[in-house]
Amino acid sequence: MSKNEYLKGVATLKLDQDKCIGCSLCTTVCPHAVFIVEDRLARIVELDHCMECGACVGNCPVTALSVNAGVGCASAIIHSWITGEEPSCDCTEGSNCC
Amino acid sequence: MLHKDSCCAPKVATNVTTSTEITDSCCPPAKKSTDQCCPPQQEIKSCCPPSKDRLKAGYRIESFVKGWIDTPIGEIPVIDSKLQAVDYRGRIAMRWGIGRDKYTVTPGLYAIGSPDEKSEVLVSANYKLSFDVLRSSVGAIDAWILVIDTKGINVWCAAGKGTFGTDEIIRCVHMVDLQKLVKHRRLVIPQLGAPGVAAHLVKKGCGFGVIYGPVRATDLPDFLAAGNQATTSMRRVSFSLQDRTILTPVEISMLRWQILYVALALLLLGGIGSDIFDFSAAWTRGSGAIVAGFVGLLSGTVLTPMLLPWLPGRAFSIKGIWIGAGAAILLCLSLFSESGFLNQIALLLQVTAISSYTAMNFTGSSTYTSPSGVEKEMRLAIPCHLAASGIALILWLSAAF
Ligand code: SF4
Ligand code: SF4
Repeated sequence: MSKNEYLKGVATLKLDQDKCIGCSLCTTVCPHAVFIVEDRLARIVELDHCMECGACVGNCPVTALSVNAGVGCASAIIHSWITGEEPSCDCTEGSNCC
Repeated sequence: MLHKDSCCAPKVATNVTTSTEITDSCCPPAKKSTDQCCPPQQEIKSCCPPSKDRLKAGYRIESFVKGWIDTPIGEIPVIDSKLQAVDYRGRIAMRWGIGRDKYTVTPGLYAIGSPDEKSEVLVSANYKLSFDVLRSSVGAIDAWILVIDTKGINVWCAAGKGTFGTDEIIRCVHMVDLQKLVKHRRLVIPQLGAPGVAAHLVKKGCGFGVIYGPVRATDLPDFLAAGNQATTSMRRVSFSLQDRTILTPVEISMLRWQILYVALALLLLGGIGSDIFDFSAAWTRGSGAIVAGFVGLLSGTVLTPMLLPWLPGRAFSIKGIWIGAGAAILLCLSLFSESGFLNQIALLLQVTAISSYTAMNFTGSSTYTSPSGVEKEMRLAIPCHLAASGIALILWLSAAF
């Protein structure tokens, strides 16, 4: 087991290979080596390493990627359960959810 | 209009030389502080005043500015790549959450070394710690640093919130007239800022292409020397022992009010017993409970993060259980060996629950947990935490009778 692995099978990352043009930007921005690009086509190789940061999604020029991005912060999620709002990490108020 | 947005309007520096206009357009020392720029108590940062005005009353130049460089878009402050005592002091305070919200650098353009029109432009957040890490780790390079306004939040966090993002980068590039400063059309953006940035949209919006720099600023010199090529390891986020422990003080200081209230409540509850209320019991039982609570807290916020990779289980709440239960058993064998069975069971449940809960909160500081995962973990763990705490409280209270 790689030492920094979180829960399995929960990441919401999706790749539409039909759209992919193989520009490799997703491999550049992903901090956890989730993709590889072979023969000008991206492939997800480590789905369970994805932390849903959304970096790949925003930078894919052809919107081949999607993910349910957000903050993985327990107190933000509790807040959203109570208030029904989207979880957001409000670092300006001294909280440290990032 | 441009000048209102930020205090570092380049046009001022280029076209305006009289001091009255300077005062109007930026950094008014007499005016009340706005969070946008130049709060008077925090003195004037590097931005506007041309040389002859720099010694004006009310102005103070940031200690990290060591000189000025003349460029087609005006004088640009040259920053010191060495940190001074004041920077270190600020750093320690920040780690403990003291004045955490106000540790900012005025957005705008800075120079490091002696850059020219061919030098790279490194984009940074205006969080002072990030800025300090950047300037102290780049060593002897010549580059421009474009500090964008992320409201004093670090790159990673700001990118998640969108304050470090495409629009702000485009705005700042236009604001400082970057196209007049450099011949090339490239921005080096920290990779951790990528969640907020769409490279193709930046290019469309301001004509500058995006190059993603390494995750760690310390890799920047190698990255630049290699012709803007990052090695695989430069692209990966790690989560070292140092990364994990450095966050602990913030975690604890965030909880300081809860800790105080809980401690007071425990002292009060500790006094309840067959004599209705007993002050000496309040003291002995209450303080015992407080000690137990602190042990749980330290287990979850200090020991669990430190031992993270070696603890069994993927969910952080489970990792926290091992440490919490271990600590509780040690307590039962030592300090609380005479406390009776009920108290010991209560102790075991409560310390473990606190440790597991605070460990779970650490997911927010980790660099590899996904929101979907955290939510899934919380749905299972929080009911358990509440149940364990409830049972522990009942046992502890009934042990007094
Ligand atoms: S960024 Fe998009 S187009 Fe480029 S390789 Fe990745 S998935 Fe394919
Ligand atoms: S969301 Fe983030 S961690 Fe997940 S694949 Fe995309 S870049 Fe990598």
